[in-house]
Amino acid sequence: MSAELAQYLATGLTVGAVYALVALGFSIVYNASGVINFAQGEFVMIGGMSAVSIAASGLPLAAAIPLAVAATTLAGLALEKLAVEPARGAPVVTLIIITIGASIFLRGLATIVWDKKLHALPPFTGDRPIEFLGATVVPQSLWVIGATAVIVVALWWFFGRTRRGKAMLATSHNRLAAALVGINVRHVLALAFALAAALGALAGILTAPITLTSYDIGVMLGLKGFAAAILGGLGSGPGAVAGGLLLGVLESLSAGYVSSAYKDVIAFVILLAVLFVRPGGLAGVAAAERV
Amino acid sequence: MPLRDRLATPRIGGLAALAAVVAVGPLLLPNSYFYDVAILAALNAIVCVGLNLLIGYAGQISLGHAGFFGLGAYGSAILASTFGWPPLAAMAVAVAAVAALAYLIGRPILRLRGHYLAMATLGFGIIISLVVTNEDRLTGGPDGFTVVPLTAFGFALQGERAWYWVVGVLLVAAVWLALNLIDSPTGRALRALHGSEVAAEVAGVDAARHKVLVFAISAVFAAVAGGLNAYYAGFITPSKVSFLHSIELVTMVVFGGMASTFGAVFGAAVLTALPQLLTVFKDYEMVVLGAVMMSTMIFMPKGLVPTLAALVGGGKGRAGVPAAERRPGAPGAAAEPRG
Repeated sequence: MSAELAQYLATGLTVGAVYALVALGFSIVYNASGVINFAQGEFVMIGGMSAVSIAASGLPLAAAIPLAVAATTLAGLALEKLAVEPARGAPVVTLIIITIGASIFLRGLATIVWDKKLHALPPFTGDRPIEFLGATVVPQSLWVIGATAVIVVALWWFFGRTRRGKAMLATSHNRLAAALVGINVRHVLALAFALAAALGALAGILTAPITLTSYDIGVMLGLKGFAAAILGGLGSGPGAVAGGLLLGVLESLSAGYVSSAYKDVIAFVILLAVLFVRPGGLAGVAAAERV
Repeated sequence: MPLRDRLATPRIGGLAALAAVVAVGPLLLPNSYFYDVAILAALNAIVCVGLNLLIGYAGQISLGHAGFFGLGAYGSAILASTFGWPPLAAMAVAVAAVAALAYLIGRPILRLRGHYLAMATLGFGIIISLVVTNEDRLTGGPDGFTVVPLTAFGFALQGERAWYWVVGVLLVAAVWLALNLIDSPTGRALRALHGSEVAAEVAGVDAARHKVLVFAISAVFAAVAGGLNAYYAGFITPSKVSFLHSIELVTMVVFGGMASTFGAVFGAAVLTALPQLLTVFKDYEMVVLGAVMMSTMIFMPKGLVPTLAALVGGGKGRAGVPAAERRPGAPGAAAEPRG
């Protein structure tokens, strides 16, 4: 493998891991509620920004990170209780507009609580680059990829092995049947938003030392996460992870070999091409339509 | 039909009311700043009337209509300013090109459903927006592009007052076209496939053809408004092509009320004026805008006009009002049946 290619792959996997975390948030909320939460990107922003401000107040990173994740999770729960729950049963487009309103609200709030400047979080373990297969990797990249791997395994365990996770899966398959066997489906909805917010916050914190963070970072990350979730197949966990990594690597390769100005164009052209061939995404089964 | 009932229909009464509002507008607009807001609102309304045919009637979402708006704007601007074409001919060619493009991509894109369709149209819009931003030799890139004024038959159309009348008349014409389409066999076919695509096909409606047709029509409305906007403002930037502008347009349609043509006009007017009003909140502008959007959609999930109409009419539809105008809260465009 040439050093050039290794470098592009390393960059792509780092970015892709972040997309994967955001895409997982989209899929979890979609499974629980059928809603695409356009405020998902704002969780990434809140996570990164609150970690920066907590760390700036003098607390060590090891304390700032869990506090920032907790704060973002509370924001996710508040969004669910105050904006999504009251609108239950509304048309899906209405719910989409509500989450878009929420994302504008949260972005506005961020400019008041914080500011419009770019902020950096210190790297977790120094910034001395590491040579690996000819590629130069900053330690923070390894943190991003490693933490994402741990989170994916944890989620796999949660959804496959715990009662609560299985209850969430059951609710996504059939809400009424899940309620009939005694699953509290409203609880599941709240849990889904909390989980999605926590995943977004982690993505924002992990990437803040590399890409910096600001009040409007969530717009593009939210879009890319949505694209990754669709690419993999909406609602599929493995699909979201694969879609995220694939999108990250595609972007990095097109930036390296074709044109960095056109990396997003190429990523979206490939996304459209995949959808034209497989209308349900890579892992998706074309859903049967009810007449 | 007696005159009284005729006036209660959207096609006669509604159109007359809209024309009256446009006609008395100048009495209520104190200076050119207010004219400017009114013109921008009317241009947005033209896009929304077309987009509402797609979202509200055919039940297909598009998160990429700013792309068509932008292609209409940049196409007209580049042909007229860089290549020196007569502005009206430039706009006609740009709009025809947008119609052809929409027709071409409509077929594969509209095979997708629900959120996949949302993503595909969004991706399409972003591709156009990135190309416009990156091809700076042709489009001026992020710095924007200066556009020649609209000249035709030896006259140059300049000044807010002149533009107000042109855009106002075009808005009335756009609404008239849309209302006619809705009441035509094509309009009934669209509503049928919104209800159930399979049932519509069983009844002999060519679903794919109708979806592509209304997609192209809505793209043409957007491109015309885009071209006009370029000539009116004399300057365009990629922000008019951006993802956020696409979202704004969809928000206007849903905010005003889906499957209600006058709802789309009202939504465009309110959401164009609102950010101007909210500037008094200064730093809190975004927070207030987001809160207004959320609370309106939570408490009026069907949108402003249908909800207010139901309040005024005591929830009962009046005689002579077509069923679609009475039943505006049709299921969401991106609605997918879920267990």
